[in-house]
Amino acid sequence: MSERDDRDLQEFLKRGLEPMESEPRRDLWPRVLQKMDERTGRVPWLDWALLGTLALWLLLNPRAIPMLLYHL
Amino acid sequence: MRVEERFAQGDLGAFEELFRAYQPDVYRWVARIVRDHGIAEDLTVEAFLRMYRAHARFDPDGNFGGWARRIATNLALDHLRKSRREAPLTIDPEDSRADTRPGSDAAERREIRDAVARAMSELPPKLRVVATLALVEEVPYREIGEALGISEGAARVRGFRASRFLREKLKALGAAL
Repeated sequence: MSERDDRDLQEFLKRGLEPMESEPRRDLWPRVLQKMDERTGRVPWLDWALLGTLALWLLLNPRAIPMLLYHL
Repeated sequence: MRVEERFAQGDLGAFEELFRAYQPDVYRWVARIVRDHGIAEDLTVEAFLRMYRAHARFDPDGNFGGWARRIATNLALDHLRKSRREAPLTIDPEDSRADTRPGSDAAERREIRDAVARAMSELPPKLRVVATLALVEEVPYREIGEALGISEGAARVRGFRASRFLREKLKALGAAL
């Protein structure tokens, strides 16, 4: 493939793609802050799974509750 | 204390300063890869969120801009992988109103756009990133390699493979190359 072939391909691709704006259309900082707030309040699914497992284990082994409380 | 040092310690004010300084570059970079303004904005926001979450791993003596680009490039690449089989690239709404009679300029333009969009969408995402940046945007291979975490030589190889793939695909689609 020659340099000329490469240039032809480049020109063809440029004709087929829209030029992109170089700046975002709005200030994105408020969206960053909003997403940070949303994620701060969210409990990860793994924490829920661990809590559920512990609750189930305590339900099946109620005699383990005093022992657990002692160790806490 | 420098802004990068404050950021590495989790200072939100420092993060905002860095956001203001690097947001245009990150957005521009992502937009060039994904070719969609809305998606580029979403990915820019997500990239900065990841940067903030990873602040403790950032080396304050390192280059924040390069680190930001690498994170944004990985996100853009993930997006291309997920959307590979969906409608690719943006279609100009003017085209749908334009004269599409065979032989007209608008029809030819539309044919070229369709062919390029189809060929690009069939290109594996890691080659598509290089093709868009190197062939369309004329970004130097050194910069592309840095953003992808590969060498300049490896980026060139991907560029060569992408050119070959696109040329074959476009010829198969009947494009006059």
